[in-house]
Amino acid sequence: MKIGTPKEVLEGENRVAMTPDSARQLQKLGHECMIETGAGVKAGFADALYEEAGVTVVPSADALWTGADIIAKVRIPTDAELDRLTPEKTLITFFNPGGNAEGLEKAKEKGATVIAMEMVPRISRAQKMDALSSMANIAGYRAVIEAGNNFGRFFTGQVTAAGKVPPAKVLVVGAGVAGLAAIGTSTSLGAITYAFDVRPEVAEQVESMGAEFVYLDFEEAQQDGAATGGYASVSSPEFREAQLKKFRELAPEMDIVITTALIPNREAPKLWLEDMIKAMKPGSVIVDLAAEKGGNAEGTVMDQKVVTDNGVTIIGYTDFPSRMATQSSTLYATNIRHMMTDLTPEKDGVVNHNMEDDVIRGATVTHKGEITWPPPPPKVAAIAAQKPKEKAKELTVEEKRAAEVAAFKKQTRNQVTLLAVGGALLLGVGLVAPASFMQHFIVFVLSVFVGFQVIWNVSHSLHTPLMAVTNAISSIIILGALMQIGSGSFLVILLAALSVFMAGINIFGGFLVTRRMLAMFQKS
Amino acid sequence: MDFGFTTAAYVVAAVLFILSLGGLSGQESAKRAVWYGIVGMALAVFATLIGPGSGLWILSVILIAGGGILGYMVATKVQMTEMPQLVAAMHSLVGLAAVFVGYNAHFEVSRVLGMDPATHDTLRGFAAVVAHKAPVEINILRVELFLGVFIGAVTFTGSVIAYGKLAGKVTSAATKLPGGHILNAAAAGLSVLCLVWYFNTGGFLPLFLMTIFSLFIGYHLIMGIGGADMPVVVSMLNSYSGWAAAAIGFSLGNDLLIVVGALVGSSGAILSYIMCKAMNRSFVSVILGGFGGTSGPAMEVEGEQVAIDVDGVASALEEADSVIIVPGYGMAVAQAQQNVAELTRKLRGQGKEVRFAIHPVAGRLPGHMNVLLAEAKVPYDIVLEMDEINEDFPDTDVVIVIGSNDIVNPAAQDDPNSPIAGMPVLEVWKAKQVFVSKRGQGTGYSGIENPLFYKDNTRMYYGDAKDSIGALLNKLG
Repeated sequence: MKIGTPKEVLEGENRVAMTPDSARQLQKLGHECMIETGAGVKAGFADALYEEAGVTVVPSADALWTGADIIAKVRIPTDAELDRLTPEKTLITFFNPGGNAEGLEKAKEKGATVIAMEMVPRISRAQKMDALSSMANIAGYRAVIEAGNNFGRFFTGQVTAAGKVPPAKVLVVGAGVAGLAAIGTSTSLGAITYAFDVRPEVAEQVESMGAEFVYLDFEEAQQDGAATGGYASVSSPEFREAQLKKFRELAPEMDIVITTALIPNREAPKLWLEDMIKAMKPGSVIVDLAAEKGGNAEGTVMDQKVVTDNGVTIIGYTDFPSRMATQSSTLYATNIRHMMTDLTPEKDGVVNHNMEDDVIRGATVTHKGEITWPPPPPKVAAIAAQKPKEKAKELTVEEKRAAEVAAFKKQTRNQVTLLAVGGALLLGVGLVAPASFMQHFIVFVLSVFVGFQVIWNVSHSLHTPLMAVTNAISSIIILGALMQIGSGSFLVILLAALSVFMAGINIFGGFLVTRRMLAMFQKS
Repeated sequence: MDFGFTTAAYVVAAVLFILSLGGLSGQESAKRAVWYGIVGMALAVFATLIGPGSGLWILSVILIAGGGILGYMVATKVQMTEMPQLVAAMHSLVGLAAVFVGYNAHFEVSRVLGMDPATHDTLRGFAAVVAHKAPVEINILRVELFLGVFIGAVTFTGSVIAYGKLAGKVTSAATKLPGGHILNAAAAGLSVLCLVWYFNTGGFLPLFLMTIFSLFIGYHLIMGIGGADMPVVVSMLNSYSGWAAAAIGFSLGNDLLIVVGALVGSSGAILSYIMCKAMNRSFVSVILGGFGGTSGPAMEVEGEQVAIDVDGVASALEEADSVIIVPGYGMAVAQAQQNVAELTRKLRGQGKEVRFAIHPVAGRLPGHMNVLLAEAKVPYDIVLEMDEINEDFPDTDVVIVIGSNDIVNPAAQDDPNSPIAGMPVLEVWKAKQVFVSKRGQGTGYSGIENPLFYKDNTRMYYGDAKDSIGALLNKLG
């Protein structure tokens, strides 16, 4: 099969889908390679280098599109390009099938097979052809570099003879591939880096990159990224509020903010609002990696750098990979090459478009005159689902209420029974006992009751001090002895004196020991 | 001073005592609570000294001061590990005092009744109070003081035995004289007979006989309770001493005695109840001694205990991120709490999460471990209760069990025939690795085999807890 790569027609696109290196590898699979003249120049690959690698350099786009069976390119194909497709041809490119219904329709009419690189499922096996990730990686890196370019200070804190330089503070919003790459770059430049993501499970990854994860004070079943194939999904309004509140807190401190929050097939969520931008210091930089989808920051202009009234630079470039064309072309070409490896399992130059294969099926958006997008969910889950936390079965509100009512009734019944029995006993005693006794008895019963009420609240760790205190207090028996010591015979005085003495030991010993114990309890 | 002042002082004292007990609900308020108790006691004693019915107050003050000095010396000298013994010993003093006061009341009653009613006006103090009583009231008074003496005597011998067991001076095993509970029941029955006899005659002999019986009951009851149940016993005796004071309060007609006695009595009873619940045991079966009957042979434990040396433990600790320490009586015995605290500081200094799991009945007193750890300056917010920490064991890298046994025994959950079946335990075996610091292969205080020691993730780190942890500290250095 002949694999060809045309020159990118989009203005400002520097990348190329085939490099001399990838061409060599493709030839090993039994394919022939061809390239439009000058296709790789902007990425630093001259025609001569391709020729050296055994690639046929053709003079025009026409020649390439008619000559090649498989066309590999970078950008979403234009109408003119799609017109050149024929039923036998296969096009491998970024296609954005979710937002490109016309293109899909056209490709279907032409009967060509289109493989959209962004549709490669996120499973381990397909990582080598995950062009989104490889491009995002570059975007993340470049975002930091671009920010540094527009930021008037060092990233790293320094103490020099010429004065002290505080370290830059960087906030990365969205810890996807681009976010993580940005975190890595920023920390290695020496900035203090914070990161936020709606998926709490990435906190670990963030911390592993050396940044600090920004946690929200928010109690909700946080979304499990595994359910959405590792991508973020839309969050609830309450969550959003909590998130914005946190950002507002952080805004004045941050020197550089890099937003990478994207939700598949949606407008980018607005996360960095007008007031936060206002709160930032002059000279601060915002790099909005979501600019293509409308931007995360308010005031982002796609493909432009704007400076706000308070001196905050907002960078809305969407072509970060293109700005590093050599690097990104190398990676993208490798992704394409890996895709071809999967398409030619026998390495004999014959493409076997196996629609049973998860990766190929997932990436194919039109095939044999049919639109095959969106694909069925892959058979292999992208990420092992998080184990659901063991939780008591959630009772419905009614059940809870019913249980509460039942418990309350039971408690009431118990209390009423106890009170009735206790009351009857009291009355019974009252019938036979003389009034003077009853006076004391009432006091006694009330005290028992108070004791019960008071002790239930005593903290567990204080049981020993409690015992020591009650022990000390129980030496109140000394009162009895004191009352008797003055009356009667020698024997009475002796016994009473002994009692007073023993109780005295107990009072002092008991309280002292308790104080000693309590003095030891301290907080960390 | 007139009677009104005394009553007023008593009311204030009673309120202070209630606040004192209630204040123990938190570590910080507890420090204040003790002062409430001290002031309450001082007020009560002062009011009684200057109140009606007292005399010889110089002697009283001297005696209180003497007792106070002795108490001060004991309290400042005692080691924190000896706290249980001390508390038990002090209970016995209260019990004995209650017996004496009861006897005095009896002597006074007899003396007053034997006197010519015409001379009653010359009487002072307690005797004067008695003199004004009607015959029915005298009878009730007899019952009250009889009860006071009875409970006091039981408390006295019971506390002495509990002291002996806790101090290791009496065997900790549950021993009973032949006849067991029948002896207790017989003694109790005889005491009731004595009560009837005393009620009718008012003689000294029945009172004295009853005292003998009740002393025996106290002795025999506590001898029959195993060492492992001592926390409950101590708090139960605490409760008894309160009831005794309340009974004496009735016979002397002193409301403060009644109030405080009842407070102490009910608080001790509740504490015992809480402890029993923590052990999943019925209150009655603990008090009547020994464990409840089991229905079959306990499960055979298979496997062997694998020992490990200090290097192994040290390297596991170095790798661990989260550590839970489960202290038990063994830590108290070996006085290892300082070393444990040092270990905690070291591990925390390395950024590891170190926490303590305290079982409600760990040690020989309720809250025993908390006190020891506090003494060693382990911050109390990393010392957690069983319910707070039990769910965290599966996520824990290393658990160190120091001298505890039953409270980490999986048989309580797995083996329905185990004597401790159903008792809530710390689920240490769910952690990734468990080290048990233990003196030897014995079964420990309660004599129950512990399958934990034979589990695959358990390693036995033999040796005296203090030395073992000390060696570990050197390795971690």
